[in-house]
Amino acid sequence: MKPLLPALLLCLVSTLARAGIGEDGARHLLSRTGFGANPAQIAVYAPLSREAAVDRLLSHTVSTALTSPPGWVNEPFDRPNQGNLSEEQKKALQKERNDHAQELRGWWLEEMRITPSPITEKMTLFWHNHFVSGLDKVGVPQLMYQQNMLLRRYALGNFGSMLHAVAHDPAMMRYLDTANNRVGQPNENFAREVMELFTLGEGHYTEQDIREAARAFTGWSLDKDFSFINRPRQHDNGDKTIFGQHGNFDGDDVLDMLLQNPQTARFVTAKLWKNFVSPTPDEAALKRLSDLFYRDHYELKPLMRAMLLTPQFWKSQGQLVKSPVELTVGTLVTFDLTPPDWRAIAGLNRQLGQDVFNPPNVKGWPGGEAWINSSTLLIRKQFLDRLQHDAAPIRNAFQQADGSMDEAKGREARINRLVQRGLAPVKLQPDEWSAIYQVRSAQDTARLLLAVPPAQPLPAGMSGAQAIGPLLLDPAYQVH
Amino acid sequence: MFQRREFLKALGAGLMVSALPNLSYALAPAGYQRLLVLIELKGGNDGLNTVVPYASDDYYRLRPAIGIPRDKVLQLDQHVGLNPALSGLMPLWQNHELAVLQGVGYPEPNLSHFRSIEIWETASASNQFLSDGWLSRLFRQQPLPAGFAADGVVLGSQNLGPLDGGARAVVLSNPQDFARQAKLAGDQQAGGHSDALSHILKVEGDIRQAADALSRPAAPSAIMAKTNMNPADAPTAPPKPNGAFQQAIITLATLLQNGARIAVARITLTGFDTHGNQNNTQNRLLTELGDGLALLRQQLQAQGRWDDTLVMTYAEFGRRPRENGNKGTDHGTANSHFVLGGRVKGGLYGQTPQLAGLTDGNLQHAIDFRQLYATAIEDWWGKDARNVLGSRYVKLPILRA
Repeated sequence: MKPLLPALLLCLVSTLARAGIGEDGARHLLSRTGFGANPAQIAVYAPLSREAAVDRLLSHTVSTALTSPPGWVNEPFDRPNQGNLSEEQKKALQKERNDHAQELRGWWLEEMRITPSPITEKMTLFWHNHFVSGLDKVGVPQLMYQQNMLLRRYALGNFGSMLHAVAHDPAMMRYLDTANNRVGQPNENFAREVMELFTLGEGHYTEQDIREAARAFTGWSLDKDFSFINRPRQHDNGDKTIFGQHGNFDGDDVLDMLLQNPQTARFVTAKLWKNFVSPTPDEAALKRLSDLFYRDHYELKPLMRAMLLTPQFWKSQGQLVKSPVELTVGTLVTFDLTPPDWRAIAGLNRQLGQDVFNPPNVKGWPGGEAWINSSTLLIRKQFLDRLQHDAAPIRNAFQQADGSMDEAKGREARINRLVQRGLAPVKLQPDEWSAIYQVRSAQDTARLLLAVPPAQPLPAGMSGAQAIGPLLLDPAYQVH
Repeated sequence: MFQRREFLKALGAGLMVSALPNLSYALAPAGYQRLLVLIELKGGNDGLNTVVPYASDDYYRLRPAIGIPRDKVLQLDQHVGLNPALSGLMPLWQNHELAVLQGVGYPEPNLSHFRSIEIWETASASNQFLSDGWLSRLFRQQPLPAGFAADGVVLGSQNLGPLDGGARAVVLSNPQDFARQAKLAGDQQAGGHSDALSHILKVEGDIRQAADALSRPAAPSAIMAKTNMNPADAPTAPPKPNGAFQQAIITLATLLQNGARIAVARITLTGFDTHGNQNNTQNRLLTELGDGLALLRQQLQAQGRWDDTLVMTYAEFGRRPRENGNKGTDHGTANSHFVLGGRVKGGLYGQTPQLAGLTDGNLQHAIDFRQLYATAIEDWWGKDARNVLGSRYVKLPILRA
């Protein structure tokens, strides 16, 4: 008996490790690393082990967007604030910029909805909120588009390369005044924020480091087309003392010094943890992860793989508040919906506090509980309420006598509906949704939609389709 | 029970006019019946170009490109004057309702937007980290009496600032929409949930409580009784707002007129981080500020409650005395602020900026911002500030008895 026990245990443990993550696990992984969780995707991931599921996510990443951008993104543009324009011309230009900005927001939200790699977009959004630039100050939507391309290219690549690229990025150089930083006339904006918000975090540098680093960044400028240009005559060639080192440093030297400091790995790892795992830091796990990140020269995929495989990640259901984009785009993903005009979804997210391409300030959206206040919570609920009000009537049309669902009939109905009316699927179809995804009961619906049990228990005897409305309005739908 | 309460209410409405909510403010000697309005000048308003030391040659030496010309300044005395964009504040100054505070800051200043505003809003020391706003701490220790719609309302920002971390705060854009939408908030009990879900349940509770009070119809008769106005002069339709800041002012005034009881309103005016081409931006923002505050005074005077309103501006920091190379200013330290209201003792307080000999340096503070908070807590509300602020601060003599 005795020698058998360890062998049995071992067997049990390895079975557990190999066992599939199940629908709950799949919904958790997909919702955290993407936007919502479509039941079809849940079915793909549920049988996989944790490792296999995470590896599948990370092996299907992309570095470009699938959605075609608006035509104007590559057209030449006029510099903002031109002195020689009449009031009317200025107004027309401003209107065009606002229209473009709104199209750009719609374009990105649509990409989040249809991307084959939601984790790529999720990371792009994370970097947008890390290397913050905003249209308010950048002024030119084309530049924000270019920056978005850059962030997607490096989204799961190398953090160090991304830092160097972002520092040379025209939108960033306008946003943090790098382009105005000249010898004898330093502007500290970028030097401060690169340390405080992009790499080390507050408390790991001195005011002198900032002043001297600002001198090192002098000479980086923008030409008349807003492309990066190095202007050696504007560079301060004097000796600088930064982090106790002396030399005639330039901007890239400063960035390398920041990357040599393991505090940068710690700072970025902790921020990713807070975004993907839990608002509560776990010092031991963070140390292990940030050591790995530093050792791997800031490669992001191995870090994300290790983070998503921590036991803490798999125990963290319901600990994060959904961001506005996660809530809105995620709901559309979950129910196979496509809005007729993405600009409306962009406007909604702006009301909810997440105006993409225009974070509130250089620190970005604080996130977490700050997403929810009395105003934003009511707008969230209004959106969800509207969705179920506009939904097709529930007749439980595809429910069979034994309680199972007629999937084939549900699909047929969907196809007929789309063909006959030539409509995009804008309207929630509870009957078809529950038939196609075999949602038999209210419990099935809850498992697909909620990370934690509903705060308001459902009345007994509801069908899967009927449960959708009350579960969308349940406070538990706001967390994941 | 119900009948008796209804009876008392009717009695109050008919006979004892002073029991109406709109009248109780002026009669109460102190307490949370009095309103505190905080105006956040987000981004770090440049105090030196707001309250201009126009008699100082050092000022013009440090600001050759962006200094406000001597002949443009609205003079307050022989040394300092207001930025001309603040002309809306001059009637208040002339009426001794405007206190101008120079050199407001704190020891060991931090130049990060985010850390410094946290210091201001949590009322912490520079090296101390507190997680709740100073008003949340006050209202936890010394709560508001029953019958208040909320501890405070937040306008122009999604961020609760000094009301973060526990206060019953309602973020408002439009009170009517709020009351209508509030029906979507459930009535689950908090408890046994993750922090994230508990937070959502708490907000739902705050919404339900506030919605009731905010949806009450206006009570113009009470206002007229108080101010002896004839119906034709009664404030009916509020004026058309000019910009988001004035919109927030109107929203607040409407809310108060409708009888909603709150102790605090915080209004945010943003865009003051003027690293480049400062004067255009600051001119626009200060115009909004001055005209907006004048509108607030006019509205609350019409409601008869200007004497029970105290308005204070704040910001994370002031800006560097020496301008940068882009006709802008970088982050600085001590700053100028305004306190205004019907009971404010107008005048200049603090210390005119010491600019002599200054090159790259920053200003020393003369008034600790926690002195202002202590003044509001003790002299305005009649509450104890010691435990809220962690120590005793010398109060400022800016209020009339």
